[in-house]
Amino acid sequence: HIATSLPLPSERDHLRPRIDLIVFVIDIKSKCSLKNVEASLAYVDASFFLGKVCFLVTGVGRVNCCSIEPNAISKLGEAYCSPVLFCELELEGVRVATAQRLLRMLQICAGLVPGFSALSFSLLMRNSADD
Amino acid sequence: MDETVAEYIRRTVLKIPRDEIKMMLQKWGFLSEAQLQTLNFHQIKDNISQEVVQLCEENAADIKQAAVLDIIYNHTYQNKRMWSVYQMRKTGEELEYFDLTDFKKKFKRRLQSALKNVTITFREYEDDAIWIRVAWGTPYRQPNQYKPSYVVYHSQTPYVFISASVLKSNLPLLCQALIVASNYHDIREMELRSHSLNSLKDIVFKRYSQNFHTYCPKPPQARAVEPGSVDLRIINENRSEKERIQRLNQEAFGDGPQPILQFAQYKLETMFKSSPEMDVLDKKEPFRCLVKFSSPHLLESLKSLAPAGMADAPLSPLLTCIPQKARNYFRIREKKGFFPESFVSP
Repeated sequence: HIATSLPLPSERDHLRPRIDLIVFVIDIKSKCSLKNVEASLAYVDASFFLGKVCFLVTGVGRVNCCSIEPNAISKLGEAYCSPVLFCELELEGVRVATAQRLLRMLQICAGLVPGFSALSFSLLMRNSADD
Repeated sequence: MDETVAEYIRRTVLKIPRDEIKMMLQKWGFLSEAQLQTLNFHQIKDNISQEVVQLCEENAADIKQAAVLDIIYNHTYQNKRMWSVYQMRKTGEELEYFDLTDFKKKFKRRLQSALKNVTITFREYEDDAIWIRVAWGTPYRQPNQYKPSYVVYHSQTPYVFISASVLKSNLPLLCQALIVASNYHDIREMELRSHSLNSLKDIVFKRYSQNFHTYCPKPPQARAVEPGSVDLRIINENRSEKERIQRLNQEAFGDGPQPILQFAQYKLETMFKSSPEMDVLDKKEPFRCLVKFSSPHLLESLKSLAPAGMADAPLSPLLTCIPQKARNYFRIREKKGFFPESFVSP
């Protein structure tokens, strides 16, 4: 399901399946994008932040056009205890690789990987980032 | 043959891309087919142009023929120039029969009586367009062939498209000659400029697809399918919002291709409005500001702003009124009186 912001329109509530992973896409070239994500975060139930939320930052290929400080994004990731992935969606190779990563994360968050929960995965991601 | 003419022909040929030279010389028709056969079009352009000048020498070309070649070049590459639109007005409603010979005679006579040294060339095209090339001189100097003005006139309309040379001082004389020759009363410059001559014609002749508000809603089959969203596994949560934007966009811009404009310029002469505590401009003068939008295809990019999520729909009418108002240069002043809103000056 793709949406431009949260909350999701209520008229489709009965049609929606269970949500296993929320990916917030931030375009590093647009401050509006970050503001929109920050505003939408307020509508997410706290239980999602145990490994079912991820931030995807795109547009990192164009260094000259960055409008958002990378620090601001890392702080966001820390504040919400969620991993931050950086990518460049305009490049096909990177796009495919990112999609595969997200798919793997989704499998874990949906409980399809035995012995591995969303929470343990997010802790794994966080620890390896700090190293 | 005059040296200046030879040099002018040589330089004109040099401007033409190598693959197009043969076709343009054929259109020109000054060199015979036999002469064209002797030319080697596979050498460097420098040599080609020298050979062309040689042949023109044999045929004793003068400036008049050289000017025709120049018109042909500029007609083919008309989008390299910047065109302005002028509108002529008649006093009465009499529909006079347009006589081309009469027009040419009067135009020439008017210009030549004011300025002895001018080169005037006419060429008619199938779409009723009359192309006029004018090279300007002074009473003491020969016309400067490298900075001519071009005029495109469709005799059945009151519109004239002018690509003036840098010498702007000749513009009033040119306008005067046009109204005298075409039996109009006066002429005014419209605030409409673009590189694309055809788009300017589309706008003033109302040939672009305008959106007419109908009361019957379009049947679902007629709606264009968005490319790339055929995958049924992707569910768009904001579909109704997307459709609203699409509908508003279609109302504002219509369905067909947009005329090609490169700029929209808004000159603001409005008061700066700030909160009273800030007291930024204590003189209360109009805040002079110029906003310019530029793009290789301005209207198409404006049309894609809302669907791309970069602007809210509906777009400001100041942007969407450009083809209907036939202008892309605006002056925005304060509305005087009780309601201090800005309005667009005529």
